[in-house]
Amino acid sequence: MSATTLSGAAAAEPVHSLWTVAAEAPSIEYAQLSPTLIVLGAAVVGILVEAFAPRRARYGVQVALASLGFAGAFAAVLALAMGGYATDKAAVAGVGAVAVDGPALFLQGVILLVALVAVFTFAERRLEPRAGGGPVDSFAAQPAAVPGGEGEKAAVKAGWTTTEIFPLLLFAVGGMLLFPAANDLLTLFIALEVFSLPLYLLCALARRRRLLSQEAAVKYFLLGAFSSAFLIFGIALLYGYAGTVSYAGIAEVVEGTVPSPGPALAASMSSDALLLVGGAMVVMGLLFKVGAVPFHMWTPDVYQGAPTPVTGFMAAATKVAAFGALLRLLYVVLPGLRWDWEPVLWGVAIVSMLLGAVVAITQTDVKRLLAYSSIAHAGFILAGVVATSPEGVSSVLFYLLAYSFVTLGAFSVVTLVRDAGGEATHLSKWAGLGRRSPLVAAVFAVFLLAFAGIPLTSGFAGKFAVFKAAAEGGAGALVVVGVIASAIAAFFYVRVIVLMFFSEPSPEGPTVAIPSAFTTVAIGVGVAVTLVLGVAPQYFLDLAGQAGVFVR
Amino acid sequence: MSDMSFPLVTATAVLPALGAVATAAVPAARRTVAKWLALAVSLGTLVLAGWVLAAFDAGGERYQLTESYAWIADFGVRYEVGVDGIAAALIALTALLIPFIIAAGWHDAEPDPDGEGADAGRRWRPTQGFFALILMVEAMVIISFAATDVFVFYIFFEAMLIPMYFLIGGFGDRAHAAGEAEGAKQRSYAAVKFLLYNLAGGLIMLAAVIGLYVVTADQLPAGTFSLQQIAEARASGELEMATNTERLLFLGFFLAFAVKAPLWPLHTWLPNAMGESTAPVAVLITAVVDKVGTFAMLRFCLGLFPEASAWATPVVIVLALVSIVYGALLAVGQRDIKRLVAYASISHFGFIILGIFAMTSQGQSGATLYMVFHGISTAALMLVAGFLISRRGSRLIADYGGVQKVAPVLAGTFLIGGLATLSLPGLAPFVSEFLVLVGTFSRYPAAGIVATAGIVLAAIYVLLLYQRTMTGPVDKPEIARMPDLRPRELAVVAPLIALLIFLGVFPKPLTDIVNPAVEHTLSDVRETDPEPELPAVEATE
Repeated sequence: MSATTLSGAAAAEPVHSLWTVAAEAPSIEYAQLSPTLIVLGAAVVGILVEAFAPRRARYGVQVALASLGFAGAFAAVLALAMGGYATDKAAVAGVGAVAVDGPALFLQGVILLVALVAVFTFAERRLEPRAGGGPVDSFAAQPAAVPGGEGEKAAVKAGWTTTEIFPLLLFAVGGMLLFPAANDLLTLFIALEVFSLPLYLLCALARRRRLLSQEAAVKYFLLGAFSSAFLIFGIALLYGYAGTVSYAGIAEVVEGTVPSPGPALAASMSSDALLLVGGAMVVMGLLFKVGAVPFHMWTPDVYQGAPTPVTGFMAAATKVAAFGALLRLLYVVLPGLRWDWEPVLWGVAIVSMLLGAVVAITQTDVKRLLAYSSIAHAGFILAGVVATSPEGVSSVLFYLLAYSFVTLGAFSVVTLVRDAGGEATHLSKWAGLGRRSPLVAAVFAVFLLAFAGIPLTSGFAGKFAVFKAAAEGGAGALVVVGVIASAIAAFFYVRVIVLMFFSEPSPEGPTVAIPSAFTTVAIGVGVAVTLVLGVAPQYFLDLAGQAGVFVR
Repeated sequence: MSDMSFPLVTATAVLPALGAVATAAVPAARRTVAKWLALAVSLGTLVLAGWVLAAFDAGGERYQLTESYAWIADFGVRYEVGVDGIAAALIALTALLIPFIIAAGWHDAEPDPDGEGADAGRRWRPTQGFFALILMVEAMVIISFAATDVFVFYIFFEAMLIPMYFLIGGFGDRAHAAGEAEGAKQRSYAAVKFLLYNLAGGLIMLAAVIGLYVVTADQLPAGTFSLQQIAEARASGELEMATNTERLLFLGFFLAFAVKAPLWPLHTWLPNAMGESTAPVAVLITAVVDKVGTFAMLRFCLGLFPEASAWATPVVIVLALVSIVYGALLAVGQRDIKRLVAYASISHFGFIILGIFAMTSQGQSGATLYMVFHGISTAALMLVAGFLISRRGSRLIADYGGVQKVAPVLAGTFLIGGLATLSLPGLAPFVSEFLVLVGTFSRYPAAGIVATAGIVLAAIYVLLLYQRTMTGPVDKPEIARMPDLRPRELAVVAPLIALLIFLGVFPKPLTDIVNPAVEHTLSDVRETDPEPELPAVEATE
């Protein structure tokens, strides 16, 4: 049965179907896959640039290449969406491996915009003091050198920089584009690995506090590997249950609508154990990437240790991609299991909202604070996920759009507040920032208010959308918990505002570095999106609303 | 729909909003320009608000000067504004008080000359910020009064907290008994407490707002937040709320308004906020912003959830009575002038809520007038108190005595403000307090009797305050040197006092506007007055 769904070729035994498909040259819809292909192509070119371009020229070429890659891919997404692939021409491409539909295109668009802004924060070179006679960025001079060792000192002195970050970013984004569009479990897994591996590396590349950064990367890698193992194990179990890895195929088996199950399939279908355990493990793997409780342990350490531009990118884009994949899995593969996963996700949403909000209160580091806040926000988004309605999907899409730009903007501001040791992330150092640099503090306050969901910011529109969808889906209790968690969360967002505006600045407090146009643009885009989505969200709600239906 | 005509109500709110942006943009060195700009904008707003009053036809439609534009269709939200008599009166009050607040706070937000380095001084512009924030609050309050769409109201009701929060926390009273550092700490505590109380109330209301959407989306062709649409659907039986749903939604709304109003036991943020902020900001809180809470009870709780309002009435009346007596008792015991006024305000908000939930036409007319008159009288009392405090540098009552000998005009205006607060006949608050009591007596005699205790206690705390601060020997050197009211200060206080006297003798212009609106509100809750009664106007004369 899987053979027919995979290739449309003559029926063959399930075991051999993969071979058959591989042997025939499949027809690939290059146009529909172009966003991912463009980004991955740019990544490959980026590696060639690293290998062949002279060191001096690399930075400019890489920045231009990454920006153009993302812009080109975004143009491709736009062209596909305008061509109707988001609505009536939505289809499965790449021999059933990739879905090209509304949610996929919407999320790919968001990821690409986030990535484009992230390139700017990656490319910022005016914040760090100059080294070796030239400006340097916030990434390690020589990542392979031992922290504090001779090699590192020499590399710093020579003014080396790590332009590999741009190809890594491109690869990560390529995986992220594929992740929410993956239409079979193997593609899902490969996409996960493609975007995770570059992220592990990027996390380890901080120029300052390298040990912390490397520790974060190791933690992220170990826990990430663990979750990948869960995911692949779950995939194996699901394959054992359904005899196929295709989303549509599994969904058919789950719903019991397979026209003529063979004896082996009939035997495995009769037992739900494989399905339940497999489904749970796959969902767990995705919840790990989302950073929902109880799979959130890595979030604060990694957010804190990673170079701040990477944190901002990761916090925004990973969440978008992972929620996209989770939505597709739950809505396309497992709708037949709705009564099983809904209560579980209810629980996860409630615990995430409350734990994220409560633990954030005690944080003293601004990056950890934002990490816990992201956990709480994962809970809010899950409230929209469990609505199990097209409104739920579009509310989640809108929330992700709103959230990702607030996050990116907030972390960009964090890169500006510095003292002699680099970024001053300890909250006590932020005291009185509003007096020294009213504009920077005001911008950060806007982001905090958006996180807190104050009206006229995008955070409010997003929160309203998901809560409305949840309430319409009968999850009124979830809304009440969400509202309580919002009130708790408001406390620590406000605490930072108090600190910035009402506390006396300490004499040896940090200074606000004047960034180049790159970071200024990144922050400006964040503020603009936050306010536009807050005041006039209708156009974007329409977009998300049209993108609310999955192809199968 | 007045799609083609001039959007007067929106303009009344947009003008101060634009003014706020312009004021904030004034360069740091041009502080005086910022002040005059803010004052001019607030006067312009007053003119527009006066135009709203003039254009409002008391005998006409319930909502007038309506505007309606598409906004967020996905949420069922339209930008809908319009005024009834109650809203028109409160918009006028807001626009009236803001110029006085600005003039009274003229010197309240100067940059600290010795606190910051020259570098910081260049960018830190507290004066511009202070006046811009006041104008921003004004804009948001006006939209809240005018919103006839629940969502529009909610947005500005919540958003208002942010500029308010900065006004409280950022521009506190430097005259702090416990020293400047401790003062800053308490100020920031007060600001956070203000924000968290109101935000928590607002978030609970958010759940109820979403619930309201779900209910309307369930039964009507599309979810809506339009007051008029919901009212029509309910009247025609198209929209029916289950008893429990209605009660839960009512509670969600009421809680937010009771925090804002503030009603005992949700009142504790008010004394902190008023005590720590400067006198003009304290006036802004109690005379303007808090009125949104009581106004919203009238318009939204009663208008959207009539049955649940009737169901909750006994409890609300008890809480209002507790507020009246408790606020007054605590006012008697205060040692701090501003906290005394804050507790007095809690007592007065009890009267307003009592009048609203008495569900009689006198009660609700009285409550509406009370909102206006309490705004004016508290502004007069608090602003004079602020002038007094700025002279002596202390908020403690014990630090004063004999002021009337050295500053007779200050003492005299303070006395009139105080007498207005205790509702002396002949001054405006008497009219409203009397109406509330009459309205309450006719339905709940026992409640009326308890409420009367509030009047007696008011006399005690006001006269004791006057006696301790203004009379007696001048035994402190700071007081002996105390100057009398300056022309600017007199210009702030004199018109307020004139208004108090004028409206005390001749409240008819206001009652004419308010009474028809109250009749509409009462018909929302399908209440009629318990017995044949005289029109409210005649009862006052």
